[in-house]
Amino acid sequence: MDYTAMRQFADSWGLLFMAVFFVGAVLFAFRPGSRKNAEEAARIPLKDD
Amino acid sequence: MKFGTEIVLVGLAAFGALAAAGLAQDSAFQAHMWILFFVLLGSTVVLMRKASFAPAGAASIPLRADTAFYMDGPVRYGVIATMFWGIVGFLVGVTVALQLAYPDLNIEPWFNFGRTRPLHTSAVVFAFGGNALIATSLYVVQRTCRARLFGGNLAWFVFWGYQLFIVMAATGYLLGISQSREYAEPEWYVDLFLTIVWVAYLIVFLGTIFKRKEPHIYVANWFYLSFIVTIAMLHVVNNLAVPVSPFGSKSYSLFAGVQDALTQWWYGHNAVGFFLTAGFLGMMYYFIPKQANRPVYSYRLSIIHFWSLIFLYIWAGPHHLHYTALPDWAQTLGMVFSIMLWMPSWGGMINGLMTLSGAWDKLRTDPIIRMMVMAVAFYGMSTFEGPMMSVKAVNSLSHYTDWTIGHVHSGALGWVGMITFGAIYYLVPKLWNRERLYSLRLVTWHFWLATLGIVVYAAVMWVSGIQQGLMWREYDEQGFLVYSFAETVAAMHPYYVLRALGGGLFLIGGFVMAYNVVMTILGYQREEAPIGGNVTPLAPSLQNAG
Repeated sequence: MDYTAMRQFADSWGLLFMAVFFVGAVLFAFRPGSRKNAEEAARIPLKDD
Repeated sequence: MKFGTEIVLVGLAAFGALAAAGLAQDSAFQAHMWILFFVLLGSTVVLMRKASFAPAGAASIPLRADTAFYMDGPVRYGVIATMFWGIVGFLVGVTVALQLAYPDLNIEPWFNFGRTRPLHTSAVVFAFGGNALIATSLYVVQRTCRARLFGGNLAWFVFWGYQLFIVMAATGYLLGISQSREYAEPEWYVDLFLTIVWVAYLIVFLGTIFKRKEPHIYVANWFYLSFIVTIAMLHVVNNLAVPVSPFGSKSYSLFAGVQDALTQWWYGHNAVGFFLTAGFLGMMYYFIPKQANRPVYSYRLSIIHFWSLIFLYIWAGPHHLHYTALPDWAQTLGMVFSIMLWMPSWGGMINGLMTLSGAWDKLRTDPIIRMMVMAVAFYGMSTFEGPMMSVKAVNSLSHYTDWTIGHVHSGALGWVGMITFGAIYYLVPKLWNRERLYSLRLVTWHFWLATLGIVVYAAVMWVSGIQQGLMWREYDEQGFLVYSFAETVAAMHPYYVLRALGGGLFLIGGFVMAYNVVMTILGYQREEAPIGGNVTPLAPSLQNAG
């Protein structure tokens, strides 16, 4: 792979993959019903020692 | 403990160092290998003296075994190492500041600025910050996974191996061994050794996560893991180099020209992003909820915080190379991604501060919480300042000036330092089974000394940096530069003296902490009035009134 090919991959599929992954992560975090899980996860450090 | 294998391996390594000293191609490498030989020889002797020769199984339980559920030995050692290297790093920092103010303090050849400056940066970033990260991550991962550390004594190898790396890096700088890459000055053989230690660290951390009893991986571990993995990647790529000889200290980078410069700053900026930010955010997400005894403000925000930090930080490095031979599009890309970093900056700051909502009274009575809140405030401030400085127009004024140094220190002293101090004050009574710290009043003293020190430091560097930038770009009506470079250096003298003062205050705060921690470990408790006075809580009287 030469520089141009890598550059083209980075600003097309690479960029798309990362944008989709990030948006997916955000949507997943705020999916319906995630509040309860999140509140449970937030209590993990406080459960005991 | 029998240490059979350990004694043999360290002994063989000592012999290897001796042989390398004999075969050395240059005098610096020879001196460095002699140092390594004596360190390893001493370690072998210590190991042999500590070995027990009782038959296996019988009476082989040592006095202070980690028989508890969690393995806290390396964490205890790590906390002490953090404090020790912290004070060394701050002390060298004040020395370096004084060397800039009074050039006569440059003592040739070992203690001139060119050698003491990387000694300072590595001591505070990698020795102080690195030990803090290793110790707290090993503590947090066990508590939040409810599992003992994976790999048994491998955690001890991580601890001692990392200390050996620090000693080799530091002595190398003073001997003049440097590959001159920012925050990655150690030469190829020290880099290779660090890679081994780091992989062992990854195995211990990841193994503990794999055998967790808690189904969910708590967000602090995500941040710690991203720090470990990314630093491994950055370290390996940035240090790709060809040594001149297997027994020589000199190596040449695999990259050349602008690619080399970009690789360096890809590494350099992400060392800030993943070492000094992601790792310490892991600390924030565990220790602030613990000290405040409240869950984090929004767990879902912490997930967004994590992913935005991961996706954005890695691209911001080119902002260190504005107006250089780096292609224009890459400079702009670095700038745009830096600006977008405001997103995780605000996410983290809101999450850290709002964890205290409903418990703001703790700010008055708990100096440890106060320290952590100040850390988050400085996180917010310095990560606001950074993107602003990455804008090319601003950078044309700020780059190469003291403004950058002020910015780094408000992040390093304010965010990294304060959150580490808070974590240490939380950890020490827990790790040594003490009811409380020796003195909370001394924590208050430390808080104010450190805060005042940072404020003096940052404010002075803003003034000197902007003045420097303006003097460098001042033209007269005929198009000539108004000031020679030496004139701009002379104009900085008063600021450099004041900077040393700010650093000195921070250093004194470090000594106060060391005294407090040592007294706590020894089991003393200072008689003192509680902070906030002996007031009865307000709530019952309010209820009566209602």
